[in-house]
Amino acid sequence: MIKILDAGMRTTVQDFGRFGYLSKGLTRGGPVDEQAFLWANRLLDNNFNAAQLEITLGGLEIEFQQDGCFALTGADADAHLDDEPLTLWQNFDVKAGQRLKVGYAKAGLRLYLAVQGGFQVEPKWHSCATVERDSVGGLSGDGSPLQSGDTLRFQCDTPQPSRRVSWAYRSDYTKTPVLGLIPGYQYDDFPMSAREAFCYKDFEVSKDSNRMGIRLAGKALATPKQGLVSEGINIGSVQVPSDGQPIIMMHDRQTLGGYPKLGVINPVDLGKLAQLQPGQKVRFSRVEASVAQQQLRRFYQFFNVRLPCQGGDNLRS
Amino acid sequence: MSNAESAFPKIVTAGADAILVYLGEGIDPDVNARVMALTNRVGSALGDKLYDLVPSYNSLMIYYNVLAVSEDELRECVRKLIDELQQDGDASGASKQSTLHTIDVYYDPSVGPDLERAAKQTSLSIDDIIRMHTEQEYRVYAMGFAPGFAYLGELPEKLRLPRLDNPRTKIPAGSVAIAEAQTAVYPSESPGGWNIIGRTAETLYDPQADNISPMKVGDRVQFKAVSKDEFEQAGGSLESLS
Repeated sequence: MIKILDAGMRTTVQDFGRFGYLSKGLTRGGPVDEQAFLWANRLLDNNFNAAQLEITLGGLEIEFQQDGCFALTGADADAHLDDEPLTLWQNFDVKAGQRLKVGYAKAGLRLYLAVQGGFQVEPKWHSCATVERDSVGGLSGDGSPLQSGDTLRFQCDTPQPSRRVSWAYRSDYTKTPVLGLIPGYQYDDFPMSAREAFCYKDFEVSKDSNRMGIRLAGKALATPKQGLVSEGINIGSVQVPSDGQPIIMMHDRQTLGGYPKLGVINPVDLGKLAQLQPGQKVRFSRVEASVAQQQLRRFYQFFNVRLPCQGGDNLRS
Repeated sequence: MSNAESAFPKIVTAGADAILVYLGEGIDPDVNARVMALTNRVGSALGDKLYDLVPSYNSLMIYYNVLAVSEDELRECVRKLIDELQQDGDASGASKQSTLHTIDVYYDPSVGPDLERAAKQTSLSIDDIIRMHTEQEYRVYAMGFAPGFAYLGELPEKLRLPRLDNPRTKIPAGSVAIAEAQTAVYPSESPGGWNIIGRTAETLYDPQADNISPMKVGDRVQFKAVSKDEFEQAGGSLESLS
């Protein structure tokens, strides 16, 4: 078991997400930086879907009340186990009574804390992912974030050899990332000037960004006719409302929307966007769907991601 | 366009793991019925390769597992299913599962702060608005925005009003609202920009229940006016807008 001594800015329970309920208006949730999340589970030989804590900005302090093994990945922050400084992107053994303290992110925005075996949280509709706007998931089941005093159980397992993630696989969160845009949706309806401007011009991440969407500020893009009839919106969709400032839809997005969309960000790049602090710059370049699909296949294979099937009962209650 | 038929079906890429299939334009019950028929067929034929399906007014979003099927293969399968659907006589199989939901509504300015303005703008009496809103059956064209939120259409021409210029930040759960050709119930407290004309005591999203929502696309909904007493007896709250 762990006990939350200080929940920090905002810490939530996340597994890989709640799949199969979009047609009822329930969104997916799950880690907004899938890469950092999946690395933490991989370091501990966990199932890809094992529940972790998503720590926004930092400030978390916990006490381990049993022995175990954990890993911390994501944003660059000072972390200490008791008084010992910790390296991120590595697994560690921990003894009952030890305290883990995560400082504030210096680069990047979100950290992921995994324990061996995963946190045991009662699932709702097949997932314990916390989605505040849907009032579902998390420790209390109602979508609220963790609070100090909360305790989370996990199954202690066998000790593990020490492992770390090589630098080559880690993102430098201080850099301006270039994210792939898979053209799609109404891409062909946008004026050429907007398509050109979106790729190759810099945008700044606005402070009104959250797990639903990341708002960008830049030179306003010309848009096609507004007022589409609502249609399904994928995670990573680039919506352009009439003010011409794009919004990139993240894991807690609404399931339907009616703004014109330029396409969808390459899912293997999306974690880099999720890690940008307000005011940081981002750039986009076009990527072929087939290239992004090949990258996503490799990504899922590498991390052993098995998506649940949408069987014959295609519209779950 | 010289031939309207050639524009649909139209399939577009919607990311690395989704395609969006349009079967028509705008808000049209026949198009929506075809969308539902296709949703059922795609679910049965390809379910083990998909991870979600989202029907809406005139489109079907198909989320697929990139490890199980390629976009090209999926597009080809879907085109074949659309052809079969056309041959079998379009909406077959979709309408028989449609359920009629009756929703009791307390129409009153105390819980419908836009009711009086709506009457003025439409040059109707409040009683006329209530009568027209309750008189007909609506179709669930789409579900989304928030859990259990059903987009219902179409409103009688005379009741059509634009959205608010400034959306409200907080609308109580159960609020019954109209905007353009659509009407809906807000299942949970949320922000929103539609005109609120009443409130229901019914629960349309309960995160603690097993069933997320009683409604699905293709179902029918009829509103029924009830008195303040009936509304309160059914558990309705008169809490006002903030």
